[in-house]
Amino acid sequence: DVLSWTSAFAGRCVGGIDRYVAVFSSCFIPGVIHCTMTKLTEWLVGLTLIGTVWAALTFNLLGLDLSKQYYEVIWPFPVYLLVCFGCYSLAVVGYRVATFNNCEAAAEELKDQIKEAKSDLARKGFKF
Amino acid sequence: TFKMTTQKLQSEDSRLNDRYSVLLPTYNERDNLPIIVWLLVKCFTESGYDYEIVIIDDGSPDGTLEVAKQLEKIYGSDKILLRPRPKKLGLGTAYVHGMQHATGNFIIIMDADLSHHPKFIPEFIRKREMGNYDIVSGTRYTGNGGVHGWDLKRKLISRGANFITQVLLRPGASDLTGSFRLYRKDILQKLVEKCVSKGYVFQMEMIVRARQLGFTIGEVPITFVDRVYGESKLGGNEIVSFLKGLLTLFTTV
Repeated sequence: DVLSWTSAFAGRCVGGIDRYVAVFSSCFIPGVIHCTMTKLTEWLVGLTLIGTVWAALTFNLLGLDLSKQYYEVIWPFPVYLLVCFGCYSLAVVGYRVATFNNCEAAAEELKDQIKEAKSDLARKGFKF
Repeated sequence: TFKMTTQKLQSEDSRLNDRYSVLLPTYNERDNLPIIVWLLVKCFTESGYDYEIVIIDDGSPDGTLEVAKQLEKIYGSDKILLRPRPKKLGLGTAYVHGMQHATGNFIIIMDADLSHHPKFIPEFIRKREMGNYDIVSGTRYTGNGGVHGWDLKRKLISRGANFITQVLLRPGASDLTGSFRLYRKDILQKLVEKCVSKGYVFQMEMIVRARQLGFTIGEVPITFVDRVYGESKLGGNEIVSFLKGLLTLFTTV
């Protein structure tokens, strides 16, 4: 069961990469049909774009010759991004757990209504 | 004032033509079914909307169908429609089966175990009318929404899972695993055709596909009373199947 799910999942990932290839090839090859991207494909496309910009700056592919100070910030940028995302996630989830409403009143109201329903239904001839 | 009067007359006129079919798939709900039906009747009679309740029992061994028959006698077979099935055949097919027999133009789906309260249905209807939404979904996570019966660990898992889902799927709705919703009948038919998942991943897929197809989704905060008596438990199995379902949706939609 695990094996069949994993192989189906791998198949879908290949499908996502397939569309990813289609997205980029449509830039160079005119006439390639625009496909609907799966969320996986959207992520891959987004990461590729960010990755390309980062690589172009880090490895000086555009010949911009930026000063050392810039490199020291740009080079570890992906790590900074991950750390920021990690902190953001913890903060958001922590906040949402802390402010998760408890509905004690709703539970009490429901208990009362259950009693009311039972007596009303019994009056109408319901046999429990 | 004239424009307001015609608008009021028009909305009342559409009220006269709108009928809300509540689909209740049941399995071993002998104790809860009379209460939920009583609450539904109370809410609809008080709010004045036209309704019917379609009970789809999947061959419950505890006698849920007998209970449903008693309710049909009390409230009338025009309000309580019994459409049972011989055995447990899954939620998606239960909706299809229920819709085939529903005479309403709007479908409300909800749980029959008293975790969803019918008092929110008029709010769903008002929300739908205000924004002309295709779907209105109840959410436990925003506004006055909330839960009773969950400990800290359960809340953490729930919020964590929801966060991952939001990041990966960006669905445009705050509560994806919830199953307290109001759909236009034709839209629900279209969505059920397209969805292939099972269980609560099915509910997630419905919302994600609805967004993909360009339908609008409105949200109403609801209170979710998970087990009026006692504590609710979440097993490791369910977490695994949730993650599997999430990854499936991530790579399919």
